[in-house]
Amino acid sequence: MRHRVFVAVAAMALLSGCGSGTQNEANGSADADAVDRNPFPSTYVAYPSSTTLIKDATVLDGIGGEWTAGDVLLTDGKVTTVAEEIDAPDGAVIIDARGKWVTPGIIDNHSHLGVYPSPSVSAHGDGNEISGAVTAEVWAEHGVWPQDPGFPRALAGGVTSMQILPGSANLFGGRGVTLKNVPARTVQGMKFPDAPYTLKMACGENPKRVYGYGGGRFPGGAPYSRMGNVAGYRQAWAKAVEYKLKWDKYAEEGGDAPTRDLELDTLMGVLNGDILVHMHCYRADEMAQIMDMSEEFGYKVTSFHHAVESYKIADKLADYGACSAMWADWWGFKMEAYDGVRENIPMVHKAGACAIVHSDSDIGIQRLNQEAAKALSDGRRAGIEISNADAWQWLSANPAKSLGIFEQTGSLEAGKAADLVIWSGDPFSVYSQAEKVFIDGALMYERGNEALTPVMDFELGQPGEGDLK
Amino acid sequence: MIRKILLASAAACGLFASASAQDIAIVNAKVWTGTEAGTLENATVYISDGSIQGLGVNYAPPSGTPIINADGNWVTPGIIAPFSRVGTVEVGAEDSTNDTSAGGSQFSVALRAADGFNPAATPIAVTRLEGVTRVAVAPANGGSLIAGQGFIADTSGEADSITDSRSFIYVNLGEGGADLAGGSRPAAWASLRGAFADARGYPARFMAHNEGDTLTRADAQAFGRAVRGQQLILISAHRASDLRLIMDLKTENPNLNLAIVGADEGWMVADELAAANIPVIVDPFSNLPASFSQLGATSRNAERLIAAGVPTAFAHLGNSGHQSRLVLQSAGNAVANGVSFEEAMSAMTAVPAAIFDLDGVGAIERGNVADLVIWDGDPLEVTSAPMSIFINGKAQSMESRQTKLRDRYLDLDESEKPLAYKR
Repeated sequence: MRHRVFVAVAAMALLSGCGSGTQNEANGSADADAVDRNPFPSTYVAYPSSTTLIKDATVLDGIGGEWTAGDVLLTDGKVTTVAEEIDAPDGAVIIDARGKWVTPGIIDNHSHLGVYPSPSVSAHGDGNEISGAVTAEVWAEHGVWPQDPGFPRALAGGVTSMQILPGSANLFGGRGVTLKNVPARTVQGMKFPDAPYTLKMACGENPKRVYGYGGGRFPGGAPYSRMGNVAGYRQAWAKAVEYKLKWDKYAEEGGDAPTRDLELDTLMGVLNGDILVHMHCYRADEMAQIMDMSEEFGYKVTSFHHAVESYKIADKLADYGACSAMWADWWGFKMEAYDGVRENIPMVHKAGACAIVHSDSDIGIQRLNQEAAKALSDGRRAGIEISNADAWQWLSANPAKSLGIFEQTGSLEAGKAADLVIWSGDPFSVYSQAEKVFIDGALMYERGNEALTPVMDFELGQPGEGDLK
Repeated sequence: MIRKILLASAAACGLFASASAQDIAIVNAKVWTGTEAGTLENATVYISDGSIQGLGVNYAPPSGTPIINADGNWVTPGIIAPFSRVGTVEVGAEDSTNDTSAGGSQFSVALRAADGFNPAATPIAVTRLEGVTRVAVAPANGGSLIAGQGFIADTSGEADSITDSRSFIYVNLGEGGADLAGGSRPAAWASLRGAFADARGYPARFMAHNEGDTLTRADAQAFGRAVRGQQLILISAHRASDLRLIMDLKTENPNLNLAIVGADEGWMVADELAAANIPVIVDPFSNLPASFSQLGATSRNAERLIAAGVPTAFAHLGNSGHQSRLVLQSAGNAVANGVSFEEAMSAMTAVPAAIFDLDGVGAIERGNVADLVIWDGDPLEVTSAPMSIFINGKAQSMESRQTKLRDRYLDLDESEKPLAYKR
């Protein structure tokens, strides 16, 4: 019963183009007058594109459709048609893609590019505001260095959008930000227009290690245990519920605006359905408790991250409706990653739950298609039959849904952004590489073409500038 | 089709897993030999007494030999992971299970990683199941730039799986070594030169007092073979200038047996490395300026080093306690970035076997150790996996703790009993 209510809330959030603040302005509420909910707006503008017809490729549309010799037409930065045969419009750029594959651009919903950039020198550690266990008030975008050489490497791996998250030191790590993988001088220039904000939370070992055992003191402070973790979340949510009541009352009745609290602003945004929760959580038993807690306070976890044990509760995750953003095969580096199996992703998919391949790595983000291929083939060997076309949902559609941007991107459907990749061959093969990457219809990367290979400021004048990477 | 083969090989494993090495013939195989014989189609490999006793397209094994039909699939030598920590750490972040480094120890060279090896550690089977049959295990640096002595083991999980307990000395130079030696590269090199002098002067210089310039008595003794060129010194470094210093060391001490791991800027000094005959172990994934020592990192490093004639092995250097199995994916990526299939396979077989002086390993030829893998596809493809694995001629179990967890949870039905009763 309660469950259904929360699904409805989440659906509303998706429909309302949440996070932009526009709905409150439209209502003319007191809230809108008092508070700018979007003070660092996206300045991203799509680069010029040509009408482009990609001919005779193996096409995966990202939602289960596959053409063995299909055509894809891009017009005004959008996907116009995917079909067996499309007549070239006048003046269209025609790309003969026989033997090549076309897929939606990869979307990584777990990256720390920019907040933990290369080189990883001490001055670059901007991804964890470790000063407190609850730092919902910080925003990843304020730590993103747009000159991270990791961005163009990810582009060469076919990544067209990504979520940059704060780290997992804190119970509440702060807001994440969704970026277009287009180089810009400012982070605002990369921000995905109208993408909702997200909130990073973390389960398990990291918060208790960083705080409970932190700073060389014993005990370092709360949380010291998983018990302390949950108490920490619940106390913060309880405050947020109170805060929201004040603002709701103010919106209805007017009067003096409540005192603003940046931490509670973010949590209230979650309770209002405007901000999507992405929670680092490895263990199955912890995820089950977090799902209960979310119902206690009336919000929804959009995606669990790492989710190394999702395979143990894939049925429960499907019932609740949370995604799992997973690696193909990482395991063993800490206790809560000890039960990793190579079939986690296909087992989650098989249960009808939302499965996502994520990287959490500046190396992994360059070959997420290979990670999907490993999981897919391991699943098949275990008797889980999933088609290539269905598996591509792990790389584009499902992460797009988890970021609230599936209306705009994540599949090759008419009217969506032309964010797509032409691969040299089957992208489930280790030998294939992204040859051309289009973002909003503009060709932003072409393998081997120096003019279409971004070089970050940091790399200029250094060994290897402009080299093949 | 594939399933049928799996059943057949599973039956074979059941038959031989607990037995000692027995005779067996793998027929109808596509054999990548790793020798001048190249790749043989429809070939037979005959294993007897733990070694390869017959090989060829028209070779017939002795009658009555149990047969495994590879059904046209690839058979390769067992893969060698040339830089790992497999078997010396169970859970990375749990110090009680992690014997890779010892920051509080007074010793350096005298530390033998082999003393921390547990053949029953779960990463052994997990690593083996991906086709890795031998590992070079390095200690990690704790308090000293000289981490200690690395060893060679097979991944059978058996008590006698270490084949060389003191295979090499592992030294960290560049940024890592600088930090460990007190804060600078000059400090690292002073420390290393001091260690050489201590070892060469042992035992005379320890007569009067117990401490050398760099090493304790035990360390100086342990370093003796290496400084005389009788033991490999494996050095971690990336920056081209660091690599040049290592080549200078070799020039000054021509008898030293050196290899370099990392070498992200190796391509910038590839010709010199080739001339100095110093082999390298590189990670083909490494293409980011992760540090100021790796500004020249490129996915083309392996291709350029090999083209220059540098003996080049591949490793996956991230989470080396659990993921050195990813060397195969690394090799596939190297091929996508200009390395030939043959070179990539050699970089995980013959080349590391030569670096670590492993006799009879890394190629399929008569007389060699029978470390073999039968694959269900191209061994470098991320979609392929081993169907059967032989180490020292013995069919290996294809189970790991991971496969058991998977099998328990493939069906979540608990209507009769909790899943804890299922195994």
